[in-house]
Amino acid sequence: MLFTSYEFLLFAALLLVGYYLFPRAWQWRLLLVASLVFYWLAGPRYLIFLLLTASSTYAVGRWMDANLRAQETTLTEQRQAWEKEQRKSFKAREKKKRFRMLLLGLIFNFGMLAVLKYTGFAVHNVNRLLHAFGAENTLNIPSLLLPMGISFYTFQSMSYLIDVYREKVSAERHPLKFLLFVSYFPQLVQGPISRYADLGPQLTAGHAFSSRNVRWGLERVLWGYFKKLVIADRALIVIKALLDEPASYRGMYVLMMILLYTVQIYADFTGGIDITVGLSEAMGIRLTENFNRPFLSRSTKEYWNRWHITMGTWFTDYVFYPLSVCKPMQRLSKFSRQHFGNAVGKRIPVYLATVATWFLTGLWHGAGWNFIVWGLLNCLVILVSQECVPLYTRFYRRFPRLNESAVWHGVQAARTVLLMGVIRTLDCYRDVPLTFRLWGSMFTTFNYGDLFNGAVLDLGLGRADWILLLIATAVMFAVSLWGIREPVRAKLDRHPTAEASAVALVFLLIMIFGAYGIGFDASQFIYNQF
Amino acid sequence: MEQLLNILNELHPDVDFESREDLIDEGILDSLDIVTLITEINDAFDVSIPAEEIIPENFNSAAAIWALIEKLDEA
Amino acid sequence: MEVAVKKRILSGVCATVAVIVIWQLLTALMTPKYMTSIPEGALIAEYYEETSPHQVLFVGDCEVYENFSPITLWEEYGITSYIRGSAQQLIWQSYYLLDEMLRRESPEAVVFNVLSVKYGTPQNEAYNRMSIDGMRWSSSKWGAVQASMTEEEDAITYLFPLLRYHSRWNELSGEDITYLFRRDRVGYNGYLMQTGVRPVTSQPPWVPLEDYTVPQTCMDYLDKMREICEHYGVELILIKAPSIYPLWYEEWDAQIAAYAEAHGLAYYNFLAMSEEIGIDWERDTYDAGLHLNVWGAEKLSTYFGKLLTEKHGLTSQKNDAVLSGIWAEKCAAYAAEKANAVSPY
Repeated sequence: MLFTSYEFLLFAALLLVGYYLFPRAWQWRLLLVASLVFYWLAGPRYLIFLLLTASSTYAVGRWMDANLRAQETTLTEQRQAWEKEQRKSFKAREKKKRFRMLLLGLIFNFGMLAVLKYTGFAVHNVNRLLHAFGAENTLNIPSLLLPMGISFYTFQSMSYLIDVYREKVSAERHPLKFLLFVSYFPQLVQGPISRYADLGPQLTAGHAFSSRNVRWGLERVLWGYFKKLVIADRALIVIKALLDEPASYRGMYVLMMILLYTVQIYADFTGGIDITVGLSEAMGIRLTENFNRPFLSRSTKEYWNRWHITMGTWFTDYVFYPLSVCKPMQRLSKFSRQHFGNAVGKRIPVYLATVATWFLTGLWHGAGWNFIVWGLLNCLVILVSQECVPLYTRFYRRFPRLNESAVWHGVQAARTVLLMGVIRTLDCYRDVPLTFRLWGSMFTTFNYGDLFNGAVLDLGLGRADWILLLIATAVMFAVSLWGIREPVRAKLDRHPTAEASAVALVFLLIMIFGAYGIGFDASQFIYNQF
Repeated sequence: MEQLLNILNELHPDVDFESREDLIDEGILDSLDIVTLITEINDAFDVSIPAEEIIPENFNSAAAIWALIEKLDEA
Repeated sequence: MEVAVKKRILSGVCATVAVIVIWQLLTALMTPKYMTSIPEGALIAEYYEETSPHQVLFVGDCEVYENFSPITLWEEYGITSYIRGSAQQLIWQSYYLLDEMLRRESPEAVVFNVLSVKYGTPQNEAYNRMSIDGMRWSSSKWGAVQASMTEEEDAITYLFPLLRYHSRWNELSGEDITYLFRRDRVGYNGYLMQTGVRPVTSQPPWVPLEDYTVPQTCMDYLDKMREICEHYGVELILIKAPSIYPLWYEEWDAQIAAYAEAHGLAYYNFLAMSEEIGIDWERDTYDAGLHLNVWGAEKLSTYFGKLLTEKHGLTSQKNDAVLSGIWAEKCAAYAAEKANAVSPY
């Protein structure tokens, strides 16, 4: 059930009405049923994998919790009898037990994800290796089903497990409440990846009807549909046309692809998140924000703090930090300090952990070399600019007023967005060498005249549609900027007439200008496949 | 404490670490800084800061970082 | 506080009303008008303009609305009739149109052209829209929608056609403004007059089919059509119009003939009788044998009217003054359009 299908609208509307008709203590049960139905409709067989993840995570969580309690009891009982050293070693021993259980849970669930999502890619690469060494027989690439949203719910569940291990949260006792945390449907297809401490208690708490929650939530949903249907799906028509024969659309078309894909993925992804967060808000559930105006980022590092935030913090908290501060890494750092000097030694953990994190981030986005190269290029940009910090400092010392200038910030933001856009084309062109060649063609193929000779009108959008796309994109960014100090909905909230008119207007605009229905290809949210 | 401030100042000479209490919340220390910092602290104070201690409350001010070091040193 | 809530509710109500009104206007604006081109799209809705009852109702595809002329039936035999046909009208669409009409009036005979028994599954979205959009809301329309939808379609777009036609915003033309709230008449009791002449030059090649059996769905709808006619006490007459294209397979003909025989229905294959009817394939078709032009349609109507009078007991209504008045107007308009045509004779 796509967010943009009539079925989903009906489903969400019924759920919302039912949610507030139900007694508050039962609201979470309705949500659970709705989530399971949603998942069932996507593919009954997928449900098995979701249930495996939910039940294994639940069990390990409970075990760790029980172990922790037993440890506390023992410690209290033995307060007098044990020396400090004794208590310490007992604690360490118990923690090690919990760590082994954690490891088991992680291996099982990430193993499932790896097998389902990456077997094909792995076998493909093995075949290439075999081929390179002259082998004639190759392995069959198995066709495994990829459960919807598996990357998202696995990450969310594993963050819960690690948080229980780290004693940041105590394990959920109610198995069905835990199942709801794993399967909560609005965020199943494309995130955000929530933390148990934020989301768990909210999901199961009862929520009284609040006109403000419902209005604000649905207004955000509506705006999400505007972005998605009017902008993203319209831009997608041209993108699809360009991807039909990527090799023949060179030069200017590559630049067009970079810009259009930037707009498309922004509108599609943030629009989808608006629908997810808005629908949740209408039910009184506040999800973590996943975006914070990424197009204003002045550097790549900042960009990744503002784009797909919950994925970024997940990798930071559960990959980057553990990896960089773990004992072997710190030992390696010390070793390098002694042998290659301070400068190298202190960089070792940051560099190795950054590379590993971005490798995995790339892999998470998709099973393909293009995604890995994409991740590593991001990493390269971040590390190079990190090394350039002294250079920047000198530069700003010479031009002290530049750092305060809005124009300069604009230039930096444009540069960041463009750079991210260039790298991102790896995920639409798919083929790494081809992408590199196409990047080069921007400087060698001078077909920029095609912009004005009508050639761009052959890509699926007529003149009126192009103009509409440009205007709608400008409106989208203008509205986003307008809401920096105070959310647009808060501004509207004070003027009921303006609020009602705005909702009516946006609704009608979507109905007329949305790229939906026959004649427009219904497209999946791009992040669905991850 | 002084040694810690030296490490911090080397990282960001332009920040007044003695007074600020929003190092993480305001994004003054990013994840790369944190790791560099931890590496230096581990080396200088012979402690080992584990990943689960990397939470904003422990890194928002020089005092908080110092408290963390002392806590780990005791344990 | 109280005031704020009131204002909020009032704004909400006003905005909702505004949306509904604008929605209706947009629907009227965006819906294709089928006036200056593809006039067959406007045929189905014209039925509701009728003010007098009919003795004979035709249902079927282009083989009825371009091959039979109710004007001729009236002028020569005093038979009142109406053709409810649209392009590639599928058998279930004919059934539901019949269902709708039989609830509104009581004819003596229903004529169904059997060509559409070759299609057992939904075919083409554009033709579906032309058959169904023109229907008023009723359970018949809902039935037609459910039976006709192709995989890419959603039933809700028939309920709210704006959801289907909104993308026409960038191709609106003067026609959409001119015919915002009204339509010109395009047919004569459902007959679409064609005045071109293009002789038949070839016969359709015989291509072997995998299966010559008429699809079961079609036989089921034939049953439903027969049953509904029995229910209302109306005679069902099956016909195959004299169109050379597309090829009407003998095997299909045999199955329809056997069905008619088994249920005591009349079945006329006019294709086999075209010589007897007097159709001149040099002059009586406007598209090389797919459909008849007005001269061919008149010949066929003359022949069929005779059958209806002699074998099916239909009687002239010409002595009814009210009917005569109504039909005189129709005949005059028909004659005026035909007068503009260049006759091949």
